[in-house]
Amino acid sequence: MAKITFDGIEVEVEDGTTILNAARKIGGDVVPPAMCYYTPLKGSGGKCRACLVKVTAGSAKDPRPMPKLVASCVTPVQDGMVVENTLSPQVMEARKGIVEMLLINHPLDCPVCDQAGECDLQNFSYAHGTSATRFEEERRTFERQDIGPLIQLHMNRCILCYRCVYTADQITDKRVHGVLGRGDAAEIGTYIENVIDNDFSGNVIDVCPVGALTDKTFRFKNRVWFTKPVDAHRDCPKCAGKVVLWTRGNDVLRVTARKNEYGEVVDFICNECRFEKKEVADWTIEGPRHIARASVISANHYELPVINPQIIADLPESTTKELNIIPRPY
Amino acid sequence: MGLKILTEHINVPGINTFETYRKMGGYRSVEKALKTMTPDEVVDEVKKSGLRGRGGAGFPTGMKWSFLAKPEGKPRYLVCNADESEPGTFKDRVLMEKIPHALIEGMITSSYALGARTSYIYIRGELMFVLRILEKAIAEAYAAGFLGENILGSGYSLDLHVHPGGGAYICGEETALLESLEGKRGNPRNKPPFPAVQGLYACPTVVNNVESIATVPWIVNNTGEEYAKIGVGRSTGTKLISAGGHLNKPGVYEIELGLPVEEFLFSDEYCGGIWKGRQFKAVVAGGSSVPILPAQLFLKTAEGTPRLMTYESLSEGGFVSGTMLGSGGFIAMDDTTCIVRNTWNFSRFYHHESCGQCSPCREGTGWMEKILHRIEHGHGHMHDIDLLVNVSKQIEGNTICPLGDAAAWPVASAVRHFREEFEWHVKHPDKATAPGAVYRGAEDLAFA
Repeated sequence: MAKITFDGIEVEVEDGTTILNAARKIGGDVVPPAMCYYTPLKGSGGKCRACLVKVTAGSAKDPRPMPKLVASCVTPVQDGMVVENTLSPQVMEARKGIVEMLLINHPLDCPVCDQAGECDLQNFSYAHGTSATRFEEERRTFERQDIGPLIQLHMNRCILCYRCVYTADQITDKRVHGVLGRGDAAEIGTYIENVIDNDFSGNVIDVCPVGALTDKTFRFKNRVWFTKPVDAHRDCPKCAGKVVLWTRGNDVLRVTARKNEYGEVVDFICNECRFEKKEVADWTIEGPRHIARASVISANHYELPVINPQIIADLPESTTKELNIIPRPY
Repeated sequence: MGLKILTEHINVPGINTFETYRKMGGYRSVEKALKTMTPDEVVDEVKKSGLRGRGGAGFPTGMKWSFLAKPEGKPRYLVCNADESEPGTFKDRVLMEKIPHALIEGMITSSYALGARTSYIYIRGELMFVLRILEKAIAEAYAAGFLGENILGSGYSLDLHVHPGGGAYICGEETALLESLEGKRGNPRNKPPFPAVQGLYACPTVVNNVESIATVPWIVNNTGEEYAKIGVGRSTGTKLISAGGHLNKPGVYEIELGLPVEEFLFSDEYCGGIWKGRQFKAVVAGGSSVPILPAQLFLKTAEGTPRLMTYESLSEGGFVSGTMLGSGGFIAMDDTTCIVRNTWNFSRFYHHESCGQCSPCREGTGWMEKILHRIEHGHGHMHDIDLLVNVSKQIEGNTICPLGDAAAWPVASAVRHFREEFEWHVKHPDKATAPGAVYRGAEDLAFA
């Protein structure tokens, strides 16, 4: 076990845990944002640099600070490590820069984007971005690509997080797409036009943090905040069959996998559940879906971010004041 | 004449053949190491020598070797980084082309020290002619019993392969190189784990530059102590410098570290002064990725101390008034050089070569290039200059690999030292964009 201090809060985690996951153990607003890291996907993380933190003491054995900001999602903790996230002005400045970089070529077409309301980049830029851009140049654009009848690829919106590539690589047996090209000309593609039609290919939609990969069967049908998410399940021979149905009235407009509070899929679902089962009768309804993450979907729910109460209890009053933590039921 | 370690025999006719190289005393270090020394003893000699990595970072080679994880049933690998592609750096190419057996001898001795049974030379794909030279030399070494099974009856076996890369600058970064060598896209890996723990095929691996490896035979033959006597302070030994730009005698020179920069630049033994007797304006001392320095700060530090060709002396003053020795890619610029155009040119390179894996480098390098393009072509604004500095700060230190820093430093340093030249481009776009136009000083700024 390793004891680390994250934003003044001490937490004990298992050896080998990353700084990000240690922060997630604390919970609440102190958790760094992550655009490319995805717990179920091996090898993900380290690319978007959204989760950069400052390590002011490397470990109890070697308490020297790390010279550069580190990506918390891929850096393992060391016993005695001291990390600053929200408390470090350098981190906040860097994060502002990352938002700006990510938005340089990302079109601000949120009003017509299917991801609006559940877009990680929207949330990230709301929390850390600025209201204006300094980028005056023409934005990068890509040729339109058709990757089949189920998934819409909108490459202009892609932030090259590689999540979809890892997903296809790790949960499907026939990956036909990847990253082509280099630098800002790099793109997600199938090289020679191909259809992404594997049984589990629909999961690339769920893992995409922006609107680069969207569900063609749901496209332009509704806005997510007008729909009612309900948990449902069915006996599926291919997957766990545990899903969220996004309904309006009696219509099932969209089926997605269930995600945890950090937007990560709990169980990947098959294409049959996702694209073919669009009748309420196909499912056993469990009840309303609780959307825990900061999103327009959970607007007006007035839920305050929760920090693990055991951790709060151990904190000195000065720290709780500094972090503006209000003790409340967990 | 300074001491020559790597280039002593470089002009001997036929030195690229095994026979001639052997006659000139080649492969003695292999015999000495394999027959009279244990691997740890070889590592100790390299540690004592104080040899620092000649690829650019200058990390102590012996220390890097000692970080190599214990085998634990896995093989260990030595990989030679011959993917030399930094603009201004062309020393390794000369070494491999002219005297390939020096590298092969170094690979055998170093592999023995590290306990590697298979080693690789990862060479830039464009250098196909050098690859053929190396392959021929390797075949000769196999035929002479210096490679393969049971080398010289010592019981030690080694296979050496040359692997051409795809010609991407990013593949010179050690972890991207390993990815490429494994047959994958050349994207840098997150560190930790470092290659010494998890490198090629997830096995303990050392990645060293050509020049570093080619130096090992001399250290083994003459001892680390002798090598440490050459040079100044922590900058021991000799260093190959590829000198280019506006020089009377551009070329690859082997210098003893500690040589005064003035002597290197102006003496007839080395660069022979600035081309056509023009005025010396600026220099990039260690490849295009290091900060550019104006002439006066290169010859003397901000404190007035004459600079030496050492890692420490060139970096004196940090990035405010110093630079880096880097890979030894020395580019001198005379007073006909437009710094803005030069910076834009460097920036174009880094934009083109960024792998695109992490956001600040992927987006930032392109952004900087576009701003510089605007300024150079007479469409810039005053606020663009500060924007350039700000964007470079957003990239520096925030990326997976050092390519982000390599792209940011030349831009930030050019603005720091030559800001008035950037301002002149913005204020007088018609003059700045005229053919052959170069900012000549404060009077240009005041004019009109």
